[in-house]
Amino acid sequence: MIGLADTTVALGGRTVLHGVSFAPRPGELVALCGPNGAGKTTLLRALAGLLPGLPAPDPRRVAYVPQGARSTWGLTVGQIAALGRIPHRDTMAQPVTEALRQCGILALRDVRVDRISGGEARRAMLARAFATEPDVFLLDEPTADLDPAAAHDIMRLLRGTAETGRTVVAVLHAIDLAMRYAHRVVVLRGGRIVADLPAEHALPAAAAAFGLGYGSDPTPRLLMPDGR
Amino acid sequence: MIRGLAVLLAAILLLSLLLGDGTVATPDWLILTRLRLPRTVLAALVGGGLGLAGAVLQGALRNPLADPGLLGITGTAGLGSVVVFYWGLAQGFPPALPAGGLAGAAVGALALLGFAGRAASGPALILAGVAVSALSAALLALALTLAPNPFALAEITFWLLGGLQDRTLLHVALAAPPILLGMAVLLRLGPALDALSLGEDTAASLGIPIGRTLRLAALGTALTAGAAAAVAGGIGFVGLVVPHLLRPLLGERPGALLPASVLTGAILLTAADMLVRVAPLLLPLSQTLPLGVLTALLGAPFLVVIARKAAP
Repeated sequence: MIGLADTTVALGGRTVLHGVSFAPRPGELVALCGPNGAGKTTLLRALAGLLPGLPAPDPRRVAYVPQGARSTWGLTVGQIAALGRIPHRDTMAQPVTEALRQCGILALRDVRVDRISGGEARRAMLARAFATEPDVFLLDEPTADLDPAAAHDIMRLLRGTAETGRTVVAVLHAIDLAMRYAHRVVVLRGGRIVADLPAEHALPAAAAAFGLGYGSDPTPRLLMPDGR
Repeated sequence: MIRGLAVLLAAILLLSLLLGDGTVATPDWLILTRLRLPRTVLAALVGGGLGLAGAVLQGALRNPLADPGLLGITGTAGLGSVVVFYWGLAQGFPPALPAGGLAGAAVGALALLGFAGRAASGPALILAGVAVSALSAALLALALTLAPNPFALAEITFWLLGGLQDRTLLHVALAAPPILLGMAVLLRLGPALDALSLGEDTAASLGIPIGRTLRLAALGTALTAGAAAAVAGGIGFVGLVVPHLLRPLLGERPGALLPASVLTGAILLTAADMLVRVAPLLLPLSQTLPLGVLTALLGAPFLVVIARKAAP
């Protein structure tokens, strides 16, 4: 129901995705990994239909949370989550409450989003996606700048969500989180998918894409610029 | 909250009808219908339109500094009036002045939407507005430089400062349809503005058509602020201040501010116009205090107070 077939995307005259085919399946948490500039965010935006020329999915069924999403105004956590009902054109309270509960911020419902921590604000953005009750979640760096405990909390939530039969696609910088929680790891490099593997087999490919020396040698190590 | 504002507005409107030049008394029927009624109705319409346009633009452009004047339509409306002045068209036919302003606003709106094109982002709309503003300011300065005589220059300048004295029901008839139509367009944008709080990408992913929302915000602003400037001249600060006054009371969700900003804008401008009428009793003035000057004089300190409160 969502996916890309042999899609090439050029932004500002530069080709960012080269003939990428990708289709996440229901019930799986897919981690998109790869170094900066590999095209992870562009792939996610393409799935969300935010690039010119690509079809936009039904906003009631697909929720997208961009990287570092912030609110311009001092909305409350509850108001942020309630924005997730906009695609349904209703103001149902129950899915919003449930979303806040799932994301562990029900107690912060009436607190302004500019008065809470970065991790809590990130959960508020996630709660907005949950309030839509979508079939597909597209999340750009849902754990960036969270402390390890908070990052693991979020990843557990996403894994659990996928296991209820929904699709979760998350851009992740942290390979360890991807390997531990994702069902499938898709590695991008230079705008191409270079690996698409079950998480337990993904480490060598992911490490290689990040420029970490890891092949037959079981010990990961950083290659120095001079080749040491 | 809305009910309270509505009651306050009703009281202010009644007071405005009863308030003469400094005395509250039951007035002559003719004075009431010919002088105070048009003035009061225009103050409410212009203030309400500017307040709403300000609230919508701040939400749509995600910028607390946005003001209806930002899009340049106020400038082109002023230019339209000045052109009428310049050619002396208003001497035999007074309605030519607001009609010229409306024509100027319409030309400005077309230029704005043309410059912005199919642009689907706030910065493109702001740049288009700045371009329209700069063009109209340049042409206005040119018209002032070429003014046929010093008397015309003084009259033009005074017009541009804004005011509601000596307006007639004809002005109301000219300004009310575009202002009400513009309000209708703007009041429907609430959910789109709420979604835009999280940025244009998130709003688009929630199914909000960004380009269309921005074009409707620009169109509604052109209708309300353009018609307002056509009948009342340049009245600044109302659109900027009203949303800032309401946020501490109603919260910051942009859609929640819209109906209240109509009422608050109407209250503020009607009250300011009453101050203009009583000002000669308090201050040694040889001229009527321009309404636009008063709104800026009152608005600026208000904004400073709000900014201080908002600071962490």
